[in-house]
Amino acid sequence: MIDIITTIINGLSLGGVYALIALGYTMVYGIAKMLNFAHGDIIMVGGFSIFVFFNMIGQPLLAVAAAIIVCIVVGLLTERFAYRPLRGASPLAVLITAIGVSYLLQSLAQIIFGAAPKKMSAFSDLGMLNIGELKVKIATLITLGVATVIMIALTLFINKTKVGKAMLAVSEDRGAAQLMGINVNFVIALTFAIGSALAAVAGASYILQNPTVNVSMGSMPGIKAFTAAVIGGIGSIPGAMLGGILLGLIETICNAIPGLSDYTIAIEFALLILILLVKPTGLLGKKRREKV
Amino acid sequence: MSGFTTYLKSIKRSFKLKNFIMYFILAFVIILFGTLNSVTGLKRSTVTLLEQMSYSMIMALSLSLVVGFLGELSLGHAGFMSLGAFLGGYMQTYLYPSLTAGAPLLSLVLSMLIGGLIAAAFGFVIGLPALRLKGDYLAIVTLAFGEIVKVIFTNVKFYALDGRLLSTTVGVLKTGRYDQKSLFIIGFIVVLLTMIFIQNFIKSKHGNAVMAIRDNEIAARAMGVNVTFYKLLVFVISAFFAGLAGVLYSNASHNINAADFDYNYSINFLVMVVLGGMGNLNGSILAAALISFLNNKLQTILTGDMAGFKNLFYALILILIVIYNNAPKLRGFRAKYNLRNLFNFVKAKLTKLFTKKQPVPDPAAEVEYGADWDKIPTKIEMDALLSTDFTPDNTYVPDKADKPKEGGKE
Repeated sequence: MIDIITTIINGLSLGGVYALIALGYTMVYGIAKMLNFAHGDIIMVGGFSIFVFFNMIGQPLLAVAAAIIVCIVVGLLTERFAYRPLRGASPLAVLITAIGVSYLLQSLAQIIFGAAPKKMSAFSDLGMLNIGELKVKIATLITLGVATVIMIALTLFINKTKVGKAMLAVSEDRGAAQLMGINVNFVIALTFAIGSALAAVAGASYILQNPTVNVSMGSMPGIKAFTAAVIGGIGSIPGAMLGGILLGLIETICNAIPGLSDYTIAIEFALLILILLVKPTGLLGKKRREKV
Repeated sequence: MSGFTTYLKSIKRSFKLKNFIMYFILAFVIILFGTLNSVTGLKRSTVTLLEQMSYSMIMALSLSLVVGFLGELSLGHAGFMSLGAFLGGYMQTYLYPSLTAGAPLLSLVLSMLIGGLIAAAFGFVIGLPALRLKGDYLAIVTLAFGEIVKVIFTNVKFYALDGRLLSTTVGVLKTGRYDQKSLFIIGFIVVLLTMIFIQNFIKSKHGNAVMAIRDNEIAARAMGVNVTFYKLLVFVISAFFAGLAGVLYSNASHNINAADFDYNYSINFLVMVVLGGMGNLNGSILAAALISFLNNKLQTILTGDMAGFKNLFYALILILIVIYNNAPKLRGFRAKYNLRNLFNFVKAKLTKLFTKKQPVPDPAAEVEYGADWDKIPTKIEMDALLSTDFTPDNTYVPDKADKPKEGGKE
């Protein structure tokens, strides 16, 4: 029983990380109508920034703040130089460029930091919390808390503020939003900035759970988070949260069952294909009719 | 009989060197290296490079069919290749002992067919979700498929018929190895056959239907193109050739590791297709040769973390070429600076260099256009009107430059 509760808490916490990444995917997809393949690698950029700044300052919170800034800058740069020139081009071209950007970030990180994983145990070793027989890592609880706070804040930001409403308008109809006087380029850049900041936070939470940083640390969580975004319905913010938490739970549960643990990734992706086959719009997504 | 002669005539009329030059190049490569190999014997490293080139070319052709002609992105092509390499290679370990005495070639060809057909069956399965999805979703499904194949093969142990393990490491298979020296010749012959098949497919009415889907799916559907059928067909054909390339790979490498067929390997082929120019088979083949040459050479030069520079180069290729080819704002730039203009420029310079100066035509001697009474000035040229292309943002781009109005000269 205790094991089950621990697994669920771990699953929720991992789900929180996925949800944070998935939010970045889903916002960019909803507003810029593109799949930002490099989003996972922004997590890696965040991870390395935390590694550098933590070794420099020694203050975990400051290091995370610096990483957020670095990620926002990288996110804005990729948007400006790789994606903006292709606005209005075919989706295939944008997708291939995004793959190129992802590859670019990874290879740059490999050249600068090397492919060997870097240990970050000083950052993530926060001890355990004992409640009776239940033992939970404090890092897990922090991740869960941070993810919840950010999700609530983001929902409020989008639904209550003027800029947030502008984002919703652009995702609904870019042309009409532009006619209403919304600066579409600004809104898209802002979306990328928010997504990258979320990726930095997700990177920090990811390090809290697996205390190493390496070049390809972002690609798998990135793809899984995209899976989560699709499961929840891409473009939908509550959907991304739901999908992320579902996926986190499924992953921890599969990992806890001995025979299945080798096939966890296969199970998750099979689930993705199944959901896309049965309900391509995801659990909470809206169906869009294609117009000629 | 007369039908045959008209057929020959039609071939003669439609014969353009541009469309067939790659056949000649490939045949030349086969003959050149084949004779070199049998006469003097090639270096081991050269043979390996040629083998790598041959299966990379098949993969590039196969991916080019999906990306360049159907307009969908497949990120799981390494998965199809992996299926071919493992299952085809596995079949070969059965076929090899039974057939090897008489016909090693037969066992290779049979296992290539088997590997290709198995991969094609999976291509059908992956094509099914492709019918409901497109673009980003489809790319993610193919990526997921590649990962699933990788995960499954990394956890499978392969047993021989008599129950002993074929390899002690999980996820690694020792496969049969066709004769070292002549495998690359067979590889290049398969490239040639693949090229002929795919080029003819593209030129047939089926190919036109596939390209119509790429250009505008809704319009193609409205014109009666069976979108479902053609998407599936392209995926099946593409997967077949990828599986076939996988069997060649398993023959060339002898030890195949499931973890090698990862996402990055798929991207490697995507780089070839993009570098060669999407929708250009000759380009895909040349780019495949270039990239596998670079991979092979840089592997020894850039070791360890310096390998990042190779990936950096590929990443820049992907980004810059795609932006150059697709950015709406670069349209004028593209029209001015491209390879064709460069080629024409060089050609003009060269002909100027090697020919005598032509006398400049006297402008007074030119016939005035307005005096040309063969044409009725008011007749609208229906052909020109019908063949007008509309670009996606609906700016009007005429096929030919507008002629001066006849009436304006009076």
